[in-house]
Amino acid sequence: MSSKVEIRITGFGGQGVVLAGHIIGCACAIHAGRHATMIQSFGPEARGSACSATLVISESEVLYPYLRRPDIFVVMSGEGYEKYGQELKKDGTLVFEQDLVHPTTVEGQRAFGVPSTRLAESLGKTIVQNIVMVGFFTGVTQLVPDEAMRAAVRGSVPAGTEDLNLEAFDKGLEYARKSVSQPAVGVARPILEEVSP
Amino acid sequence: MTVATKSTTASQELEHPSAPLLRMERIPHVWCPSCGIGTVVKCYATALERSGVDLDKVSVVSGIGCSGRVAGYLKLDGFHTTHGRALPFATGLKLGRPELLVTVISGDGDLVGIGGNHFIHAARRNIDLLVILINNFIYGMTGGQNAPTTPQQARSSTMPYGNFETPFSLPHLAASSGASYVARWTCLHIRRLTWSIEEAIHKRGFRFIEVIAPCPTLYARLNKLGTGLDAMRFYHDTAVIRNDADTRELDISFQSEITCGKFVDEERPTFLDLMHNHYSDQLGDRYVPTPPEGGMLHEQ
Amino acid sequence: MKADPAGVLTGSHYLDGDVACGEGAMAAGCRFVAGYPITPSTEVVERIARRFPTLGGTFIQMEDELASMAAVVGAAWTGTKTMTVTSGPGFSLMMENIGLAAMMETPCVVVNVQRGGPSTGLPTMVGQGDVMQARWGSHGDYEVIALCPQSPQEAFDLTIDAFNLAEIYRLPVMFLMDECVGHMTEKVVIPEADAIEVEPRRLTDKSPEEFGPYQINGGQIPEFARAGDGYRFHTTGLTHDERGYPVMNAECHDASVRRLVGKIRDNADSIVRFEEEGMDDAEVVVVSFGITARVARLAVEEARSRGIRVGFLRLVVIWPFPEKRIRELAGSVAAFVVPEINLGQIALEVERVAAGQAVTWPVNHAGGAVHDPDAITEIIVKAAS
Repeated sequence: MSSKVEIRITGFGGQGVVLAGHIIGCACAIHAGRHATMIQSFGPEARGSACSATLVISESEVLYPYLRRPDIFVVMSGEGYEKYGQELKKDGTLVFEQDLVHPTTVEGQRAFGVPSTRLAESLGKTIVQNIVMVGFFTGVTQLVPDEAMRAAVRGSVPAGTEDLNLEAFDKGLEYARKSVSQPAVGVARPILEEVSP
Repeated sequence: MTVATKSTTASQELEHPSAPLLRMERIPHVWCPSCGIGTVVKCYATALERSGVDLDKVSVVSGIGCSGRVAGYLKLDGFHTTHGRALPFATGLKLGRPELLVTVISGDGDLVGIGGNHFIHAARRNIDLLVILINNFIYGMTGGQNAPTTPQQARSSTMPYGNFETPFSLPHLAASSGASYVARWTCLHIRRLTWSIEEAIHKRGFRFIEVIAPCPTLYARLNKLGTGLDAMRFYHDTAVIRNDADTRELDISFQSEITCGKFVDEERPTFLDLMHNHYSDQLGDRYVPTPPEGGMLHEQ
Repeated sequence: MKADPAGVLTGSHYLDGDVACGEGAMAAGCRFVAGYPITPSTEVVERIARRFPTLGGTFIQMEDELASMAAVVGAAWTGTKTMTVTSGPGFSLMMENIGLAAMMETPCVVVNVQRGGPSTGLPTMVGQGDVMQARWGSHGDYEVIALCPQSPQEAFDLTIDAFNLAEIYRLPVMFLMDECVGHMTEKVVIPEADAIEVEPRRLTDKSPEEFGPYQINGGQIPEFARAGDGYRFHTTGLTHDERGYPVMNAECHDASVRRLVGKIRDNADSIVRFEEEGMDDAEVVVVSFGITARVARLAVEEARSRGIRVGFLRLVVIWPFPEKRIRELAGSVAAFVVPEINLGQIALEVERVAAGQAVTWPVNHAGGAVHDPDAITEIIVKAAS
């Protein structure tokens, strides 16, 4: 894979799109020794049905902070898929909430669905749907070591909710391991092995 | 030569009673003969001396205009700021060093014209400021233009056919915005004004005293109202004292009755009280208030 | 002196530029902030509002930006380090009391997270159109210092520098971020408190009898006394003498304004800061700042890969402008390429200083997006041929 990975995460306002992006970026930048630049949507857009966060993850300094075309598209709402679906790279990876998003198959792209809302409900808290998605993302992409992601989850969620969120993360990760025999090609190999605590 | 020496000696012997509080080296001041601002300065200086407060901890903040020059003649920490911004400047000063007694002395155009938004918000917050507003019904420094306090029918240089706008009733504005102390006097009420300022010095929160003052050079001339002495006669004949009057009934019409008195005197929590109480409740031991002497950073 | 550990959030964090700027202010010892909400700067004060009550600091949300700036100047006279935060429309309102701060020689920091203008413009999108406003926005002659971060890490580091420069030179220091840096989240390393140098307020040791608030004692910068310490000083936005008393004549005015301007111009060599690379054989030099400098580096790399001898100069401090260096370079290079997210502001300075010795090629974008690096590369190629 290339030394640079571009990710877009989208969903509707309130789903925790920005927190999901923050956790992935934080895991890369703080716990996995990479450069990770996150940009989030602001204003009315951030509260609407296609709230978005983008990440550029690289082994060298990120000079251009915006996306050209995402390598990975994480989508948690139908509107988000409508709005941004077509910009995913030809060989990109789609990660989606399977009860809310019904993607059309594109040859060359890989698509991984997870019932993240239902899995979150099984934990009694729909609000951790985004963290289930982050766990699933971790499993299917293997972009960042699990422990780096866990550390980022722990450090990014409100105090007192760490255990619940880590449980949600593991739920998503476990679902990925069960349902996905082979991680997403193209971004599967961890860019850096080293994990700082 | 001899005469000059004598006169110097005489002035040294007969010092102005408020001289210790004045920057005598800056006298003569800029104000016109029989202007009312000097009276207010004297009343404030007397009230300060009587109050027994530590004068080193008193700051005076003024805006722009004739009354804006007050800060420059008082021998206190004095700030002559920008037009209309005396109140927010004073807010910063008070919050930066909460132990200070911060007085704002400025004019009607400054405090409720260009500074009107700051006025209502400072009152709403009940920020700990003593505000003395000298109302001469006109913009004096710039040459007699219409003010938000100019009574209807009164002439100004920008209302040459008489003012048709409705003016503010300042005690009503202050009271309805949340001031905890509201009074109005004229420049004739020297003892009552001095007493009122002294009383307000010892109170907390947003304390507002309006002083109706003559502007013989512009307001009186444009409206053919005579001399400064005529203004005093007018106050004597038409000012009535009605303490606790309903602030809705304090409008000032052209050359008609001026209701004076103390209208509001209700202690309520100040901005700093509310902030301290709230953060103590919310944060407990984690709350670190700004120390009274200020949150400054300097090498000891 | 060293930073107060209470304000320093030592460690590695994943922060956006706005939050990093707020952390920089707290590390620098800022303990009074007045502001009014405006996109894209609000996250700075939100961070401060959350942390200040545990640091002995006071945040107040004022009724507008006129009031915010006035409050910041007022609080600074208590010796407290103060800051306000805004974006273009609010920056316009602040100009009145930025002038007051310059005239009264009040140390303070004004953060402007630039968005697209004029007027309401593009509230949530990037711009760099306030460069000249930062320099010339208030009326009359005065000088400012303005810093331009290109990353959240610099938003932290340079905010501390902004506070230190404000103390040393006693003036309002402009912190010119842009929306992209402000809203971009990256790793920010905050050092230990004892690794952070902060400038204390330089208080006079004179007695009240000897002290005058604008006595300069042979230097260019007066000593400071704070309100409430018994100095009973006077200060004013009017032209004033060393006692702070108004003096309405041409002679005093000329001397006063020349000193306000001179204290920055005469010290420009120690204030100016830039980074450069590839100058040895450069025939074209790209001059840039803020987020545009990052994007421009991609263009510089691309141009070099095509064999063009291009150098790169990034302005960290944009005001005072690095006249000396640009003048030197103008004598040896053929052209300057100046990409910026406005229709040509720093380009005007480059052109002025180059004075016809080298050609200036602006690469402009009015705002709403950062440059496409290819657009910059294209102009570098043209400039080199």
